[in-house]
Amino acid sequence: MNAIFVLIAGIGAMALGYLFYSKFIAERIYKLDPNFRTPAHEFEDGVDFVPTNKYVLWGHHFTSVAGAAPIIGPAIAVIWGWVPAFLWVILGTIFFAGVHDAGAIWASNRNKAKSIGALTGDVVGKRARSLFMIVIFLVLLMVNAVFAVVIAGLLVDFNSAVIPVWGAIFVALIIGQLIYRKLVGLLAVSIIGVIALYTLIGLGPAFPLALPETFMGLSDRAQWIIILFGYAAIASLLPVWVLLQPRDYINGLQLFIGLILLYAAVLLAGPDMVAPAFNTDVPAGTPSIVPLLFVTIACGAISGFHGLVAGGTTSKQLDKETDARFVGYFGAVGEGSLALAAIIAAAAGFATLADWQAVYHSFGQGGVNAFVAGGANILSNGIGLSEGLAQTLLTVMAVLFAGTTMDTGLRLQRYIFQEWGQIYDIKWMQKVIPATLLAVGACVLLAFGAGGADGSGGLLIWPLFGTTNQLLAGLTLLVITVILVRYGRPMYYTLIPLLFLLVMTVAALIIQLRTFYEQQDWFLFGLDIVVLIAAIFIALECGSTLNKLRKGELESSEVKD
Amino acid sequence: MNDRLGRIKALWRKANAFAEEAYNAPYRSAIARAKRDQDDLFMLMVYSELMGIPNPASFYTLELQPLMLERFHEWHIRMGMEHSPLDNIRCC
Repeated sequence: MNAIFVLIAGIGAMALGYLFYSKFIAERIYKLDPNFRTPAHEFEDGVDFVPTNKYVLWGHHFTSVAGAAPIIGPAIAVIWGWVPAFLWVILGTIFFAGVHDAGAIWASNRNKAKSIGALTGDVVGKRARSLFMIVIFLVLLMVNAVFAVVIAGLLVDFNSAVIPVWGAIFVALIIGQLIYRKLVGLLAVSIIGVIALYTLIGLGPAFPLALPETFMGLSDRAQWIIILFGYAAIASLLPVWVLLQPRDYINGLQLFIGLILLYAAVLLAGPDMVAPAFNTDVPAGTPSIVPLLFVTIACGAISGFHGLVAGGTTSKQLDKETDARFVGYFGAVGEGSLALAAIIAAAAGFATLADWQAVYHSFGQGGVNAFVAGGANILSNGIGLSEGLAQTLLTVMAVLFAGTTMDTGLRLQRYIFQEWGQIYDIKWMQKVIPATLLAVGACVLLAFGAGGADGSGGLLIWPLFGTTNQLLAGLTLLVITVILVRYGRPMYYTLIPLLFLLVMTVAALIIQLRTFYEQQDWFLFGLDIVVLIAAIFIALECGSTLNKLRKGELESSEVKD
Repeated sequence: MNDRLGRIKALWRKANAFAEEAYNAPYRSAIARAKRDQDDLFMLMVYSELMGIPNPASFYTLELQPLMLERFHEWHIRMGMEHSPLDNIRCC
């Protein structure tokens, strides 16, 4: 089938979802009220609570949630054929992610813009709140480890991107200074920044850089992983306006440019979907599609990480309650469209089926490298970029996303360690540098522990990361469901996704547990057990909360309509 | 011609303001909080002698005390103290 049809069908379905289903959910279920006084107005302080234009807020929400994950997940999942991945991304976006994201903003907005973690404590109970913290810690740990492995892999395979990737840091540092010192207007700075970044991308293929194959017994991947964590540790210690803020801004621009280029190239080149629609001949060792598909693609179909952004920051800036539909649901649609682009690149970007099979020769091998290779083919056929340039461009796009996430993730993890230091009265752990070293140490351990000394097998934990992410989404959905029941509204629109996620994640954990046991991979086996215990506790919490709801014990006067 | 130029300028200004908002909105709170921490440290320096911490620059910081009184009030409220903790400064 031609990729143009896939693209139009996907975008069309998500557009219909936004036009009709989100309208139904917003008006009938959440009953968004344009006259509700949002926390941004009620507690306006110019710091946390600031009523913000809905397009700006959408841009912020979308660029905070969209990262490398909606590219990696779908690009791995194409191994089962492109149709299952396509269906899960599209239906997941329409019926799961949009409802979850808009619901998280709504729930937080109705409760003084509290974070979803705090809301879990209020609405479900203290135990659920502690679970929430543990799951967040696990998600951060895995995301940092996985992204370091992914970036290292990309920098080794596409070494033309090394100069632009590291050069982008200097571009960000310079534009950060230009803006901070108010030397140039922001629009001019944006144009300068984008031109500088694309000049570096243009120079990349002419000056490829590679590390020595082995250095002090470490492979080139392992060297990159260590360098990346060194960078992330330093970056996470800098004030946000120095590096993170300008980097994030440039990444946002880069995301829109990249998506437009990719979609335009698909429309102009009209490649065929080379990958099988349903892959009946999966490589040995590939796990069963049900339930693994539903945890391999987390971001792009439904992701708990969005709830953290929705509750922590977005809801504090909501100008009108009705904006939750546009910001939350359309934000999810934006992420779905990125995942769709990844599927098309990984399924249609190869010349023949044999080429495709050579890349997808075992589970976890396709991934983001397939996205870069496939996407570059489409870009060069569609808009005539040279293949080296197109590869550099897509690599830079993926690496910059993942790099910014590592910076933020490490920062958050440091806060968690510092908080533990306070709770348990451990003085040294409250200090910035020891807490950062602990965070980095935990991530490095995971990155190497999961894949041996060369760090190449880090992607084995990808489905485990997806599982943890889905558990977080499950907790958020539970909170939304409880609030809906208290308001006396139908709960099935959030309860069914919740039950589906719980069943799939627990099943996936058990299947993976068996695989790790058979491979005698005791590190991942232990990690799987930790996540499994968290999942079982979450399922128990859900059961007991729903039971109480059924008996009417949870009716409380706290929540008023 | 002038009219068109004016319109382009207005559009540029509008786009600039939009970009500015897009750049600042996500980090407004983090930066304001970091600034507040620095201000608190500065306040500690200005008022240090009142708490028995010797201040070699008190000759200069003494002048600043009245200027910072209002912020001092905000600070002790934020620190969970309803009234001023210092005997010689009664801001409320």
